[in-house]
Amino acid sequence: MYQYSEQDHQLLLERVEQFRGQVQRRLSGQLSEDEFKHQRLRNGLYLQLHAYMLRVAIPYGLLSSDQMRTLAHIARKYDKGYGHFSTRQNIQYNWPKLEDVPDILDDLASVEMHAIQTSGNCIRNTTSDPLAGVSRDELEDPRPYCELIRQWSTFHPEFNFLPRKFKIAVSGAAHDRAAVAVHDIGLRLIKNAEGETGFEVHVGGGLGRTPMIGKVIRTFLPKQDMLTYLEAILRVYNLLGRRDNLYKARIKILVHETGEEKFRELVEEEWQKIKASGLFLRDEDLTWIKGFFKDPEYETLPDRDAEFENLLLSNADFARWVDKNVELHKQSGYRIVYLSLKTAHQPPGDVTADQMDAIADLSDRYSLGQIRTTHRQNLVLSDVRLQDLPALWGELTALDLATPNYNHVTDIISCPGLDYCALATARSIPISQALTNRFDDYDYVNDLGDISINISGCINACGHHHVANIGILGVNKKGIEVYQLTLGGSAREDASIGKIIGPAFEADQIVDAVSDVLAVYLENREDPEETFLATYRRLGEAPFKERLYG
Amino acid sequence: MDNYIKDRKPDHDEWMPFTGLEEGSSLPSGDIYVPLEEWLQARETLLARNGRLGVAVRNTDNLGILKDDLERLDLVVLEFPKMADGRAFSQARLLRERYGFKGEIRATGDILHDQLFYMQRCGINGFEIREDQDISSSLKAFDEMTITYQPACDEEFPIWRREK
Repeated sequence: MYQYSEQDHQLLLERVEQFRGQVQRRLSGQLSEDEFKHQRLRNGLYLQLHAYMLRVAIPYGLLSSDQMRTLAHIARKYDKGYGHFSTRQNIQYNWPKLEDVPDILDDLASVEMHAIQTSGNCIRNTTSDPLAGVSRDELEDPRPYCELIRQWSTFHPEFNFLPRKFKIAVSGAAHDRAAVAVHDIGLRLIKNAEGETGFEVHVGGGLGRTPMIGKVIRTFLPKQDMLTYLEAILRVYNLLGRRDNLYKARIKILVHETGEEKFRELVEEEWQKIKASGLFLRDEDLTWIKGFFKDPEYETLPDRDAEFENLLLSNADFARWVDKNVELHKQSGYRIVYLSLKTAHQPPGDVTADQMDAIADLSDRYSLGQIRTTHRQNLVLSDVRLQDLPALWGELTALDLATPNYNHVTDIISCPGLDYCALATARSIPISQALTNRFDDYDYVNDLGDISINISGCINACGHHHVANIGILGVNKKGIEVYQLTLGGSAREDASIGKIIGPAFEADQIVDAVSDVLAVYLENREDPEETFLATYRRLGEAPFKERLYG
Repeated sequence: MDNYIKDRKPDHDEWMPFTGLEEGSSLPSGDIYVPLEEWLQARETLLARNGRLGVAVRNTDNLGILKDDLERLDLVVLEFPKMADGRAFSQARLLRERYGFKGEIRATGDILHDQLFYMQRCGINGFEIREDQDISSSLKAFDEMTITYQPACDEEFPIWRREK
């Protein structure tokens, strides 16, 4: 894990003091709410329906146990005892008081955390694969590159007033668990014909009102050129991105309106002029940063364990959990464990302070003291010994963190919706809970297999409904909350935008509608191996439309 | 005193904006700056005058067009029509780093305390602070942060390549 230098610490302390001054100017009336807005939005502080919301960055989703304990402490002391993990590896607090925010930032700084650039029209928290460094399908660990991007983008003087927010994701594995195709820039580590690793550069993906899959503007970028190339893309965007219309200001619109070919030329032309600049990454720079992300000292263990295997045979609940929430690890004798934040009792992604403290302790005892957060709003313990799985399962079950549903129908992404958000036009949490309650039969969930449902409470699409196999978008139609259904989206390496199937459903009909869609899938799949998405892509929308609308 | 900062100090602004240059019209003396299109149309006339010259550009202009003229200019005026419009940050860096401009680069428009640190790093050294702003408080903005990660006009290398 990256260790802060003295200068990294100094920067955070200066930033907290600067923000404390801004808050004081606001509280004493020297700054109007409108003027203060520019400052707080550069520090993750939004004004929501009922209160301020503070968004804290978890760079590339990696947390130490001490950081998790501090997040718990903040939830307990300054909030209502819980936090919400978002789709972009941030945690959000929904009830902080403005006068407490500088103290919260002080607490965060003490464990090398902050809220810098988690909002506003700047480069946001860089996200990554939650299985970075441990998965079997990984070509190279993406986190050293994420950390370089974090440093390069933090308070970048040229790119702090961009046309619109800017999100970067990096993935280093064959399977895309970071949704790189729906980011402003997505970097995928690949190998070229000469056997060198570098980046495939995707630009102009994004959701919101105009969902788009990113275009590959460079098929292979040497690693040494990563930052100069990013700087070239950002400069072209800063100079040419639209600023006349908020809804046309993202880079996806610039790429679309300029044309992929012309946009590529503009970037390459700019890059040629700066590729030898101080941002060029020398081999020693890469060696230095990779030094922070070396493999831990794994024990030499067999990939079998008698107690584990006995429990697998004798306890169906344990077997279900292992089947759904445990994944193979690159190291023999170790496993990756998903902690499901999707239960019938809490909104998706929410964790209580007590759970956070308990997770921190579990990570210390069972997983080398680290926790990762995922795009689908769950948590990961990445380095659990096979022999520890029975004990860990028992403790997770007691904490209500062992629902066996990872990547299954009740593993729902949901935005906070109208229960919290000032932009929302409909509620999303109650819909996700109604779905979770409806699909509570394990055998049915298991039979449905790999599937995603995502819910957004307005067209800004924070719940990523466009890239769900089944997407639900809440809108307000003449004072009534109604829900549109989209089918066929994917946020993985086969990324696609879902298609609206027909007229919207009222709140009390949407669960039945989803149920009908699932029934059509089960009736029509070629065999249990054919996923919902594969079936939909093979058959098209017709049979689903027929069932829903007659 | 003008609400003007030059090289991190409050200063008196000696420059006059001038526009409406016509054939045969007389030009004012002293230091003047003109819109880019008037400079492009009447370079020689303007240069024949006594006094320093500057050019005001829009934030949509491609400044490559000025690159051969910069040696004859002492001021380039950039516009920030509202705080959120950051195009001129890139223009400033290009002027300094790519075209080697040595004169004053001035920020005009919606200029508040909180952009100054970033502007300075992008090579801007003249600031017309918005009139309702307190200039003594604005002056503190340059020193609020002492750590910078990335190269810009003030640093050739990122933090990991600098002398510790």
